[in-house]
Amino acid sequence: MAEVRYEAASRIYPGTEIPAVNSLDLDIADGELLVLVGPSGSGKSTALRMLAGLEHVNEGSVYINDVDVTLKPPQDRDIAMVFQNYALYPSMTVGENMGFALKQAKVPKHERATRVAEAARILGLEPYLDRKPKNLSGGQRQRVAMGRAIVRNPQVFLMDEPLSNLDAKLRVQTRTELADLQARLGVTTVYVTHDQVEAMTMGHRVAVLDGGILQQVDRPRTLYSEPVNRFVAGFIGSPAMNLLDVKRTDGTLSISGQPLEFDPAMASAINASHGSSMSVGVRPEHLTLQSTGIAGEVTVVEELGSESYVHVLTQHQGSDQILVVRDQGETQTTRGDQVHVGVHGALHVFAEDGERIRT
Amino acid sequence: MASLTRNPFTRAPKSEPILGQNRIVAHFLAFLTWIIGLLFFFPLFWLVLNGFKEESVANASPVLFFDPTLDRFSEVTESNSGLLSFTEAFGNSFWIVLISTVLVMVLAVPAAYALAIRPMRMWRDVLFFFISTKFLPIVGAIMPLWIIARDLDLLGTRTVLVILYTAMNLPLAVWMLRSFFAEVPKELIEAAQIDGCSLMGQIRQVILPIVAPGLAATALLCVIFAWNEFFLAVQLNPTGASTIPVWVNSQQKFQGQFLAGLSAASVLATLPVVIAGWVAQKRMIRGLAMGAIK
Ligand SMILES: Nc1ncnc2c1ncn2[C@@H]1O[C@H](COP(=O)(O)OP(=O)(O)O)[C@@H](O)[C@H]1O
Ligand SMILES: [Mg+2]
Repeated sequence: MAEVRYEAASRIYPGTEIPAVNSLDLDIADGELLVLVGPSGSGKSTALRMLAGLEHVNEGSVYINDVDVTLKPPQDRDIAMVFQNYALYPSMTVGENMGFALKQAKVPKHERATRVAEAARILGLEPYLDRKPKNLSGGQRQRVAMGRAIVRNPQVFLMDEPLSNLDAKLRVQTRTELADLQARLGVTTVYVTHDQVEAMTMGHRVAVLDGGILQQVDRPRTLYSEPVNRFVAGFIGSPAMNLLDVKRTDGTLSISGQPLEFDPAMASAINASHGSSMSVGVRPEHLTLQSTGIAGEVTVVEELGSESYVHVLTQHQGSDQILVVRDQGETQTTRGDQVHVGVHGALHVFAEDGERIRT
Repeated sequence: MASLTRNPFTRAPKSEPILGQNRIVAHFLAFLTWIIGLLFFFPLFWLVLNGFKEESVANASPVLFFDPTLDRFSEVTESNSGLLSFTEAFGNSFWIVLISTVLVMVLAVPAAYALAIRPMRMWRDVLFFFISTKFLPIVGAIMPLWIIARDLDLLGTRTVLVILYTAMNLPLAVWMLRSFFAEVPKELIEAAQIDGCSLMGQIRQVILPIVAPGLAATALLCVIFAWNEFFLAVQLNPTGASTIPVWVNSQQKFQGQFLAGLSAASVLATLPVVIAGWVAQKRMIRGLAMGAIK
């Protein structure tokens, strides 16, 4: 079992100026499932491939179990990787695919067979061991890719969007199975996804990347309730947090003319921060429809069954601003209704540079 | 509700019907295709027919019905009037084609691997260099080739043709194989690397099984081109160590007035290529199509 550590690791692709991964510092504990999440092009795959040894590390270093592996080729790192398109060897059967790494490592044939059979049992692949990958469904291929990784019993699992080729229902089902499997095997895992729901549901901790720069690493709950900056606040959570640009006028912040209330510590922190333009974030579940408050008109009602999200068009600082409000139970609201929105709960305030203002 | 039960007498049509004006156009095009196909096929058909005729019949005005005979085939294969016998020429062709094609593949596979999977700087220039060697008309190069062959004492040997056919087919093979190798998903090679596979292992166990149809298509083209090559053979090796095309040509010289005999010789020269093409048709088309995607 293993710990993984990135130390100021950077990757600059040849012919580009801006690092795809910029001075990444990250500690991953033994047995942890760490999820790297971020929008497309944020450098998640690059960071993972640096750990795999598939991408050259231009600056900094990467450690597995306190061994500097920065310059080691992939085969010397004792890692297993699951690719987005699974990368199964098309000419080999499922069994051969799963046993391939063991064969390379000159593991005796009977031991190989036992280990492949064991992995196949765990993943429910026993009936398919003699099939070629092209004769499997997408979900089965995904399992074979998983099987190929677990057969090896490696130091670290690396997974690059392993569920993104599955349909929505199977994806949700597989993600819980995968998280369960990881917990049972206890193998340190780095998991890449662009889907923040996947990140939040699977990760022991989640690392948010943007533009090659690590924004925040925290447990899902912390990430949700205390985003360190405006980017993380907007990226994590579905539907997204309402984020509004606000001007500080004589010491108070207001949404659509309604002054916001803060406890004294927060108020003084806001006062102490520089710059007059800030942003305020409030999650849909902290807004309610009520008889007084911010006036607006309902434009869209998203009915989800147990709850619904009501989009309310308001006027904020002289321009249109949509506020998304969670309405629990069966909503009575329809498009065109005139409503009022009240704020009940955590407000996130971000300074001009996007950093969270803390007490 | 009646519409829910399917009429048992309706069947799915064999092919989608073409409607209106397009139908006439489609029929006309099909007709035209047949005509053009037959036009192309006719000379070959005539050649094959002639091979089975008596000389007197072949030289008379064309008839469709005649008593077929295999005599012309046995005559040309047993004839010693040319520079070399049929069996000699066939054996020479066989070995020259086989060895040159094996050499081409052995040299082209690593080159194509490097160009497709680990491209160095300026790989495009390298690729262009390969194909540019085919720009020079071979008649322009024959003089220096002849002099070099003479000085190396290779004139009239099988070796000179093996070397030249290897050189002749190498650019084509590298070019084709590169596009097949480029089809191999990058992740497969990376997966093999992570699975602890050595470089040779990656090529042998992962890449080659995928590009096998492409390899077959390439090798077959090399075989066909080498088998058919005439100019170099007749210039550098017009003697007893030469190949089938030279043998056919020498039959022409000695049997000029014998149309049927010559036809039989030509059929014998064409047969192996036609058979090879027939056998490998499916694989070849798959291979060529595979390369065409990239
Ligand atoms: N081989 C490459 N050459 C040049 N730039 C690349 C290469 N691969 C990725 N990039 C760039 O690096 C950035 C990060 O890419 P990637 O790690 O694939 O992002 P993600 O996986 O988060 O979508 C992107 O801007 C991408 O365009
Ligand atoms: Mg990616």
